Amino acid sequence: MKEGDSQLASIDAEQELKSPDPSGFEPLSTPGRRMTLNMGPQHPSTHGVLRVLLELDGETILNARPEIGYLHTGIEKQCEAEKYQQVVPLTDRVDYLANLCNNTCYALAVERLLGLEIPPFAQWMRVLLNEAQRISSHLVWLGTHALDIGAMSVYFYCFREREEILKVFEMFSGQRMMTSYIRPGGLALEPPRGWHKVMTAVIDRMAKGIDEYHELLAANPIWVNRTKGVGGLPLEDMLDLGVTGPMLRAAGLKIDTRKDCPYSSYEKFDFEVPTREANDVYARFEVRMEEMRQSVRICRQALEGMPSGPWRADAPGILLPDREKMKTQMESLIYHFKIVTEGYRVPEGSVYQVIESPRGELAYYVVSNGTANPHRVFMRTPSFGNLQSLGEMLEGVLIADSIAAMGSMDFVLGDVDR
Amino acid sequence: MPLESEEDKAVVAALEQQVPQAIVAIKQAVDGPQVEIAPKLIVPVCRYLKDVAGFERISAVTGVDWWPRDPRFEVVYFLHGVRTNKRLRLLVRVSDEQEVDSVTSVWRGANWYEREVFDLFGVRFRNHPYLERIMMPTDWEGHPLRKDYPVHGHKYSYRDE
Repeated sequence: MKEGDSQLASIDAEQELKSPDPSGFEPLSTPGRRMTLNMGPQHPSTHGVLRVLLELDGETILNARPEIGYLHTGIEKQCEAEKYQQVVPLTDRVDYLANLCNNTCYALAVERLLGLEIPPFAQWMRVLLNEAQRISSHLVWLGTHALDIGAMSVYFYCFREREEILKVFEMFSGQRMMTSYIRPGGLALEPPRGWHKVMTAVIDRMAKGIDEYHELLAANPIWVNRTKGVGGLPLEDMLDLGVTGPMLRAAGLKIDTRKDCPYSSYEKFDFEVPTREANDVYARFEVRMEEMRQSVRICRQALEGMPSGPWRADAPGILLPDREKMKTQMESLIYHFKIVTEGYRVPEGSVYQVIESPRGELAYYVVSNGTANPHRVFMRTPSFGNLQSLGEMLEGVLIADSIAAMGSMDFVLGDVDR
Repeated sequence: MPLESEEDKAVVAALEQQVPQAIVAIKQAVDGPQVEIAPKLIVPVCRYLKDVAGFERISAVTGVDWWPRDPRFEVVYFLHGVRTNKRLRLLVRVSDEQEVDSVTSVWRGANWYEREVFDLFGVRFRNHPYLERIMMPTDWEGHPLRKDYPVHGHKYSYRDE
C-alpha cells in the first residue's frame, strides 16, 4: 500500500460478503439491478458510526448485515485498571444520552456488593434524575428520528426543550451531559439551593411541550405514511434476538424493569407502562411519547413527595468526607487520603444489576475479587441487543423505510460498542 | 451456600432433577442463584431452561478471566424468564484453547454476545453460525480483555503498520 492510499480501497465488499455467513448472503450470480453497498460507517442517519452492509435489488434491501466496533474504546478493560470510584465517569460515556441511568446502574451494583443502605432522599433524587434523563434521551431520539424522516423543525424544538434539562443537570453537577452525579453511596454533591423550584418549572414546561410535539407529528399524513406498517418483527423473534425496551412494548408486551424488579424506590411511584399492539415505527413513536408523559408524572410525584434526609449513605470508609471536615479533623483527612489513594475494598462476589434505561434493559455485571479494583465490569447495554435484530428487520424493506426502522430502534453507538 | 428465596430454590431443584449430572456447583450471589454447569452439557441445560422452565430470553453472555487460575475463563449466561419474571445465572468454566458449544441454537440472541466473548477473550464456540471478531478489527492479534493483555495494548502506535 502506498502512502496516502485509503485502507478502504483494499476492502472488497463483494469478497467480504462471500464469506460463509448463513444470514443469507450469496455470491451474485445474475448481474443487473443487484448491488452491494455500504451504509456507513459515516452516514448522517445511522446515529453514530455503524456500518450496515446492504445487498440491494434497486431500492429494496435483500440482506442487511450490521457491523459494529467503530466506537469501541475498551471501557470494560479500562474499568479493571481503575478503582471503583474512578469507574463512575467511564459509565457516563457508555450511553452518552442516558448518563445518569448508567451511573445509577453501576452505583446500585456496587452498593449491593458492599451492602450499603441508601437513604430515601438519595433514592428519590435518583428516580427524579433518571426520569429527567429519560425525557432528555427521548427528546434526542424524537428530534433525530424526525430529522431523518424529513421533519426538521421537530429537531430544533426538541433540542430547545432538552436545553432546559441540560441546564438543570449543570446546576446539580457542573456538567451538562457527563454528570457522574450518581455514585456508589448516593449523590456526588448536595443538591444546590433552589433546585426544587427550577426542576418544577422545567417539568411543567416539558409537560406542555410533549403534547405539542405529539400533535405536530401524530396526525401528519407524511409521518403516518412513512411510519405505519414499517419496521416490524414478530414479538417472539424479537424476544429471541435479545431486543428489549420500547420495541417490545410497541409489540404488545408489558415489560418494564421498573415494575418487574423495582430498584431505588420505584415501587413507591405510581405510573403506567405504555404498550401498543401495532409493532411498527409509529407504535414505537407512540410508546416513547407516552413514556415521556409517564416520566413527567413520576417526576411530579417525586417533587411533591420528596423525603428529607441525608443525600448519601453513612459510610466513612467509602465516601469522601465533607470538605470542611477534611480540613479540620484528622480522621476525615486520613479517610480522604485512604479513599483517594488506595480506594475502598469491595467484598468478593458478583452481581447482575438490571435497570430500565431509555433504550431498554441495561445491566451491569460487576465481579469483585476483594481488592479496590473491579475484577470485571460487563455492561449489558440495550442497544447491542436491539441492533442484533437489525439484519432481520431490514429484510425486504426499502432503504427509506430502513432509515425509519433504524431511527425507531433508538440505538446509541457508545452503548453498542463501549 | 444455601439458596435464599423459595422461587430460586424451586428453579434450581427442578434443574437438578432434570439434568443432575450437569450441575457442578450452586452459589448464592447477592442477586440470585449462580449455577455452574459442566461445559459439555450447556446446550441441553439451556434447551430445558428455555422450553420447560420458561426462560424465554437470554439477557447476555459474557466472560471473566481469572488468570492465572486454571480453568481461567468463566463464560457467564444471564437468563430471563419474561412471563415468570425470573432471572438465573449460569456459569461454565473453560481453560485456554477449550471450546464451548454455542447456545445460539437455543436463543438466537446469544449470537453477538458469543462473538464478543470470542473476540475479547479468545473462547471459541462450536456450531456458532458466524464466529468472527465483532469489536476489534478483523485482522487484530490478541484478545484484549484477557488479564495478560496490557490495558494500553502492545504497541505504542498502531498507525503505521
